[in-house]
Amino acid sequence: MPKTYDRTIATEIINSFGAKPEMLVQILHAFVDRYSYISETAMRQIADELNISRADVHGVVNFYHDFRTTPPGRHVLRICQAEACQSMGSRELTAHAEQAVGVKLNGTTPDGEITLEPVYCLGNCACSPAVMVDNRVYGRVDKNKFDRLLPRRGH
Amino acid sequence: MHGPARVFVPRETSAVSLGADEVAAEIYASAVARQGDIDLTRNGSWGMSWLEPLVEVVVDGERIAYGPVGPDDVPGLFEAGFLSGGDHPLKLGHTFDIPYLRNQDRWTFRRCGLIDPLSIDEYRAHGGFAGLQTAFRLGPVGVLKEVHASGLRGRGGAAFPTGIKWQTVADAVADRKYIACNADEGDSGTFSDRLLMEGDPFTLIEGMLIAAYAVGASRGYVYLRSEYPLAHSIFTKALAAARENGWLGSNIQGSGLDFDIELHLGAGSYVCGEETAMLESLEGKAGLIRYKPPLPALEGLFGKPTVVNNVVTLASVPEILAQGSEAYAALGVGRSKGTLAFQLAGNIRQGGLVEKAFGVSLRELIEDWGGGTFSGRPLRAVQIGGPLGSYFPAQLLDTPLDYEALAELGGLIGHGGIVVFDDRVDMAQQARFAMEFCAIESCGKCTPCRIGSVRGVEVIDRIVANENRAANLALLQELCDTMVDGSLCAMGGMTPFPVQSALKHFPTDFEESSLVQTQTGVSK
Repeated sequence: MPKTYDRTIATEIINSFGAKPEMLVQILHAFVDRYSYISETAMRQIADELNISRADVHGVVNFYHDFRTTPPGRHVLRICQAEACQSMGSRELTAHAEQAVGVKLNGTTPDGEITLEPVYCLGNCACSPAVMVDNRVYGRVDKNKFDRLLPRRGH
Repeated sequence: MHGPARVFVPRETSAVSLGADEVAAEIYASAVARQGDIDLTRNGSWGMSWLEPLVEVVVDGERIAYGPVGPDDVPGLFEAGFLSGGDHPLKLGHTFDIPYLRNQDRWTFRRCGLIDPLSIDEYRAHGGFAGLQTAFRLGPVGVLKEVHASGLRGRGGAAFPTGIKWQTVADAVADRKYIACNADEGDSGTFSDRLLMEGDPFTLIEGMLIAAYAVGASRGYVYLRSEYPLAHSIFTKALAAARENGWLGSNIQGSGLDFDIELHLGAGSYVCGEETAMLESLEGKAGLIRYKPPLPALEGLFGKPTVVNNVVTLASVPEILAQGSEAYAALGVGRSKGTLAFQLAGNIRQGGLVEKAFGVSLRELIEDWGGGTFSGRPLRAVQIGGPLGSYFPAQLLDTPLDYEALAELGGLIGHGGIVVFDDRVDMAQQARFAMEFCAIESCGKCTPCRIGSVRGVEVIDRIVANENRAANLALLQELCDTMVDGSLCAMGGMTPFPVQSALKHFPTDFEESSLVQTQTGVSK
């Protein structure tokens, strides 16, 4: 469960990386781990405490796919869109997933339960198609298996 | 039987993705319920992904394999007495007799699957750190000679001679030098870095120690992609174990070498696998590629001389020093010395990792090891070397896989990934995807890549829609030439390879309606 933003804890996170600008990517990961996304408030605080400009922080946040600036759903489902999975039907699986979840890729269900995202390779290419649910990878995911992986709503 | 039976269940991403954690839990619970004690080890994977979860049990000192095992199979295995090698439909016999494994040239991956990945004792019992001890005996100059003589080239894809790179860093004068390991394995169809880091992480640490000793570096970085959470967890533990046991830190094993490794996570950017973008990211910045020169070997991380090598390159070195460069160079063909960890992926029946000397043919890998397509339909195309690699038609399956032979055909081995497609593939769609992926992942620094990829998607769409067909085909070729010649790095510079190879070998797919058909879900 993502936590409520807390300036003191944010400072602790930044200091655990020595408050060094070269640790910015790692610091942002730690923020996403704790808060699930990088808020405007977080960006300001990080810029202040690393003594770099807000533009620098924005530039890094916007460059990397992992650093979302809005909260994701409670569960994040990522479907591999790369070639090995394409060869095993990931395009059809993605179409099925969009229908089953009720949102397009990069969308979040209105109840805030599920975010559906593309991912470009999970390194599970001998067991395609691959899907990641939160932090866990699943292989040989057909439509039935996908439906079983769908987190139950309201839990 | 002496003591509890030893059982191996891999803790490796592919095995876990197919239920290995549940299988391990079920085996443990069943053993307890039957009041039998077992010694359960979560090993790495042998790379036979198609047999995962592959459960092994040690009987009379031999490893007996069962697979693929699902959680539901566990009661039956116990009833069949698998702990003493009992017969069962899933029994595969001795692990080392499985032809897929027996017929490989395991060098870099010799311990992967064999040992507990986090046990330094088991690592040493199976030859671990022998290469580093040899390095200490040879001295830095001797190590550089050996690496050079082995003919080892960069396994990340660029195939640059490792000995020359290391020599350049060794010769550079600086107050600090770095070893930066590229574990940003972003190419679809590749997973050898992951397999090694999950299954035998100390080999990578040992390779980095040898590199540091040879060039005079005091600090190492591993840049691991964030899509590999299990590799991150295992490698983090391996670093801690190495530190606790005096294999990282100061005056390592009394050698006088001071070296430690920091593990950094990537953040979902493909272009950060390009070495200079990776260095930018390691410095906490956006992964914009750098102009070359200066070479990273002279001005790399934080402006200091830096060895940037892929995981498999570094992990190949310990065994080269342990067995000698001659033994390694005796494998392979021409200027492609040693072994490559080929990865069979996509629509293939027996996917996995095959470490084999260069020169093996595509057909041998796909048919003898791979067993043909997963779907059982005819093979139509093979993409070699990741999303920037060329597509090959079935008629070219007899191509021997070495750097030069593939280059002659306009292809590249890259990181060794081989992705198989059956006859349902639409090559215009694949070509379009190559441009689309480049548009998504371009760092944006140079125009041919940033804009060219967007225009590439549009032009392919027009060709398929039969708009000014001849003119647009000519335009696409011209655009590809501009990207190849004008891009700053391989992202824009090689994206045209899959596009042009698709056009060359599969021209009919670019005729009107093929895309339309696929979009409505009608396969050919």
